[in-house]
Amino acid sequence: MTSAPTALNSYRALPDPDGHFGNFGGRFVAETLMPLILELEQAYKDAKKDPAFQKELDYYLKHYVGRANPLYFAERLTEHLGGAKIYFKREDLNHTGAHKINNCIGQILLAKRMGKTRIIAETGAGQHGVATATVCARFGLPCTVYMGSKDIERQSPNVFRMRLLGAEVKPVKSGSCSLKDAMNEALRDWVTNVEDTFYIIGTAAGPHPYPELVRDFQCVIGNEAKEQILEQEGRLPDQIIAAVGGGSNAIGLFHPFLDDKDIEVVGVEAAGHGIHTGKHAASLSAGKPGVLHGNRTYLLMDDDGQIKEADSISAGLDYPGIGPEHSWLKDIGRARYEPIGDKEALEAFKLCSELEGIIPALECSHAIAQVMKEAPKMGKDKIILMCLSGRGDKDIFTVAEALGVEL
Amino acid sequence: MSDAIIGGQDRIAKRFAKLREEGRAGLVTFITAGDPDPEASFEILKALPEAGADVIELGMPFTDPMADGPAIQEASIRALAAGMHMRKTLSLVRGFRDQDHETPIILMGYYNPIYIYGVAVFLEDARNAGVDGLIVVDLPPEEDAELCVPTVEKGLSFIRLTTPTSDDKRLPKLVQNTSGFVYYVSVAGVTGAGSATNDQIVEAMARLRRHTDLPIAVGFGIKNATQAAEVARQADAAVVGSAIVSKIAESLDENGKATDKTASMVTGLVRELADGVRNARN
Repeated sequence: MTSAPTALNSYRALPDPDGHFGNFGGRFVAETLMPLILELEQAYKDAKKDPAFQKELDYYLKHYVGRANPLYFAERLTEHLGGAKIYFKREDLNHTGAHKINNCIGQILLAKRMGKTRIIAETGAGQHGVATATVCARFGLPCTVYMGSKDIERQSPNVFRMRLLGAEVKPVKSGSCSLKDAMNEALRDWVTNVEDTFYIIGTAAGPHPYPELVRDFQCVIGNEAKEQILEQEGRLPDQIIAAVGGGSNAIGLFHPFLDDKDIEVVGVEAAGHGIHTGKHAASLSAGKPGVLHGNRTYLLMDDDGQIKEADSISAGLDYPGIGPEHSWLKDIGRARYEPIGDKEALEAFKLCSELEGIIPALECSHAIAQVMKEAPKMGKDKIILMCLSGRGDKDIFTVAEALGVEL
Repeated sequence: MSDAIIGGQDRIAKRFAKLREEGRAGLVTFITAGDPDPEASFEILKALPEAGADVIELGMPFTDPMADGPAIQEASIRALAAGMHMRKTLSLVRGFRDQDHETPIILMGYYNPIYIYGVAVFLEDARNAGVDGLIVVDLPPEEDAELCVPTVEKGLSFIRLTTPTSDDKRLPKLVQNTSGFVYYVSVAGVTGAGSATNDQIVEAMARLRRHTDLPIAVGFGIKNATQAAEVARQADAAVVGSAIVSKIAESLDENGKATDKTASMVTGLVRELADGVRNARN
């Protein structure tokens, strides 16, 4: 294992004051946004030091989100695979059905603290859009969600949910009409409405301080899981696994475990139709470092630096980049990242539904597919802890279509 | 030293000195390299100085231009679809320099295509092609070590965008390391959106003058000769982009291809804008 490159000999000390995780991260934004980003950075620093902020956050996480959610022993899946014991961290049981709300509660409390009166967000699968629309309804702030027109089509239930919650959903028809283009459009809105608007970014990416603050808000996943596994097993897991799109649920699970150096950390990328086909979203496995959406990170692009369209059955993983901390973890070797294709994810989706009575989101079905590869290779005394980041109800139409079933 | 590799800062400084002598503001015109296709783009580029462009901003096409409005986004899409890439953008400049040794050319765009080209090689090739300066939208002073410092060391100008959100506290940081001229983005927003009022521009100019002696070019939202003239009364130059690029879009046939009107429609608008700018202070 590569030694930790920080003075503290910790994998948890970054980013540096300029928002860098090694060579990754940074603040690559238009000048118009710089004062806003610096203001946010200061506001977040202040909030972190303020016990009242943490108390308010804890209150909503408990009474509104429904935390702590269970760490569930997936007994039948464990038996079926015949190897390591498998635990699911049940983020699907949160209010709104995914991990996204952890971050949204944190960011909207920050927005309120900063006196912002309007919220914007981008969304891919719609889970972050729903979570944002939800907290906006709860705190009485107007909300505009940008969503690729292609995603609107394949995630119509979530679009309806957002509208029910009072959000305005704006279809984005530029570029590949998916998550990256929705993010471009949200940035265009932000640069236009600098006075009153707070941009709730949905993943641990974007300009500093977003990768840090989204990670911190998502660390509740790993912190709870750590406590729970110690309670249930009396020891830490041998391996932790999570799916990565932008990578927020993964970094939220990973980060609290990074300094437990015996734990193997595995991120799962969407390989779509297969890496060899070029139709995938595996930026760590098949991309290279570049600069997009405010940070340097691994990206899918051509030789001219033009960003390529990502492809995955899961709209939430359909992004040609990745959070900068994952890029760093990959490069220093603290985490490994494995590609899982659409077909494998579908198999995992079905297996989990049938064996555990849990319909998982297509995003974390990729993680389950990786568990299906890892667990049989490990002894029965080993433990895998996986983040089940969301529920799959939103995906039933996509899955039905992929399986050739007419609803 | 051949004209093609005169230090870029010189060409820009000379041009603004000449404008001062003439007692008028300059017209800065933006087009995207390779829009609607490399050949037509070259024809347009060559015709700009004669039509009245004092400085040329040449957009480097990018798939994800997140600070641009629809007009310039579409220009990028057209250029990329026509096979444009960075090496061709640089050869466009080289071709232009073969016949025009005086009009400054500023490459404008986003960092990733430059980063992927390789900063050192890019600066070398850009300078040899006859580029005078760079405007890179997503590189604020916090990231100066990436490109700004190497650009200035290479003798090219790194032109900074200042905005309505650049207050007295922020401006010293913005004008540091910068050269050539300062580009004032007169509205918070994307290219081609609304325009600032005259009062807002007057106020912003006063604020900027407190921090820099460099010429100040004002852009964003200038669509016609009247607006260009208004800006030219306050600033050292008026920048027009989306309106010109929209003229290119308007000139295309039903298949999105250039027509024999493409270049003339663009130069027609540039002439009007130049008239506005040149007569603004009379």
